[in-house]
Amino acid sequence: MLKIDNLVVAYGGIEALKGISMEVEEGKIITLVGANGAGKSTTLRAIMGLVKPVSGAITYKGSNLLAEKTQNMVRNGIALVPEGRRVFPNLTVLENLKIGAFCRNDEKNIKEDLEWVYHLFPRLKERTWQLAGTLSGGEQQMLAVGRALMSRPKLLMMDEPSLGLAPLVVKEIFNIIKEIHKQGVTILLIEQNANAALHIADIGYVMETGRISLKGTGHELLANQEVKEAYLGKKAK
Amino acid sequence: MSFDIFLQHLTNGISLGSLYALIAIGYTMVYGILRLINFAHGDIFMMATYFAFYGVITFGVPWYIVFPIVILLTASLGMTLEVAAYRPLRNAPKISIMISAIGASFLLENLAIVIFGGVNKAFPTPEVFTGVVQLGPVSLQKLTFYIPIITVIFLVALLYLINHTKTGMAMRAVSKDHETAGVMGIDVNKTISITFGIGSALAAIGALMWGLKFPQIYPLMGVMPGLKCFIAAVIGGIGNIKGAVLGGFILGVGEIMLVAFLPSDYTGYRDAFAFILLIVVLLFRPTGIMGEKISEKV
Ligand SMILES: Nc1ncnc2c1ncn2[C@@H]1O[C@H](COP(=O)(O)OP(=O)(O)OP(=O)(O)O)[C@@H](O)[C@H]1O
Ligand SMILES: [Mg+2]
Repeated sequence: MLKIDNLVVAYGGIEALKGISMEVEEGKIITLVGANGAGKSTTLRAIMGLVKPVSGAITYKGSNLLAEKTQNMVRNGIALVPEGRRVFPNLTVLENLKIGAFCRNDEKNIKEDLEWVYHLFPRLKERTWQLAGTLSGGEQQMLAVGRALMSRPKLLMMDEPSLGLAPLVVKEIFNIIKEIHKQGVTILLIEQNANAALHIADIGYVMETGRISLKGTGHELLANQEVKEAYLGKKAK
Repeated sequence: MSFDIFLQHLTNGISLGSLYALIAIGYTMVYGILRLINFAHGDIFMMATYFAFYGVITFGVPWYIVFPIVILLTASLGMTLEVAAYRPLRNAPKISIMISAIGASFLLENLAIVIFGGVNKAFPTPEVFTGVVQLGPVSLQKLTFYIPIITVIFLVALLYLINHTKTGMAMRAVSKDHETAGVMGIDVNKTISITFGIGSALAAIGALMWGLKFPQIYPLMGVMPGLKCFIAAVIGGIGNIKGAVLGGFILGVGEIMLVAFLPSDYTGYRDAFAFILLIVVLLFRPTGIMGEKISEKV
């Protein structure tokens, strides 16, 4: 579905991605784990067209994604839950969700999807008319996920959706990710919480300072000694 | 001074305030979406009066055909200005865009002097807008009476557009976060363009009524109203539309009352009033009356 080939991205001469290649297969959950500053967010930003790569290729369903403008990504079925939530604070919860469906005109299906999002996040339903800027951090995170879903994405990319959430809510978010996946949405997930992410992922990639250092199924990576030490906080015996 | 005369001055003030409000909205909308003070806004206002002059006087077309065309032309002028002078600098440092705005202002002023000539011209005043209406004890120029009504109609339409339409929602989203708005599929450039169009159209509506009220037009006529309306926008809380309207009314009413109640020796301070008020308001409320505090959850 999505293929990244030898992608190099630099910020003012400093390479944040030093030639990464990865693949997102349709219908799978893919996760990208790695330390702070490894280049995970940069990867998603490059896919969305928010940063222009120095070299390399990104293809989506066989066509060159680098030629597309950011604003057309969502029409192609790619949605992003950005790092740091980035809900529109001056818009109500409902308006934020409607913005997620900005490119759609199928009012009837939009209504259905709204109900679906409210079913996933009953909290949002209670707060339909509240300004998003006044939501709690966790509620904003739910809104950011809900907003992305409102575009009916085929590929949903999430940048640390569990950041700053209470453990119970984290669990809830992961359950919701699984439920979204069951609806046929392909998922590319970035997580600090490598343990939880690798448990639900079909394929995981480990990133280290701009390079992919490991690739494997979720279970392989969970069992991998290096991964255990570096990302799962388990000491080797 | 009798109550009747007070009412008379009040209506005059409200009328002038309406014009200030219409122009101030353009400053506040552009600031809201680009964090840019569009120094050329007053000159766009001036251009609108000349468009009307040439349409009605030179080409002899009836005012009711000319005025709507003037509004559209002025809107396109504002949109062209954005594309030519501001869009190429979208990611440049703020100071570059500001200098570009000042340059655009000088360009329009000097272009007007070259093309239209520096001599004052008489703005056409169709008969429907002249004459007097009697409202109880208060007798008013018809125009003084019409201006606030027309202004309110457009303000209601504007607020509806911003708060209840998809375009308005996009404008509000873009004003907070260009990047995320783009991720949502919003055409950010188009949205900014629309904002300039609306701001300039409102300035044109203000300019047409201004011309009818003060029928002397000249290339630098936009400078003082432009400055005052910018002040009105800042007093109200720049970025906030209702604030700009409030600021416009405060300035208009204040100015007229000052002239009416102070001894005639002091009426020369009329224009200084706006600046003094600005300083006072900013001392007590640095973000303006309705301006929001800048705080965001991280
Ligand atoms: N706009 C920018 N300008 C300059 N450098 C940047 C910019 N954005 C990111 N970087 C740098 O690129 C590198 C990768 O950043 P990125 O945000 O992709 O990391 P990350 O893997 O998402 O980290 P985290 O887990 O902390 O979110 C970092 O060294 C960062 O400092
Ligand atoms: Mg990141």
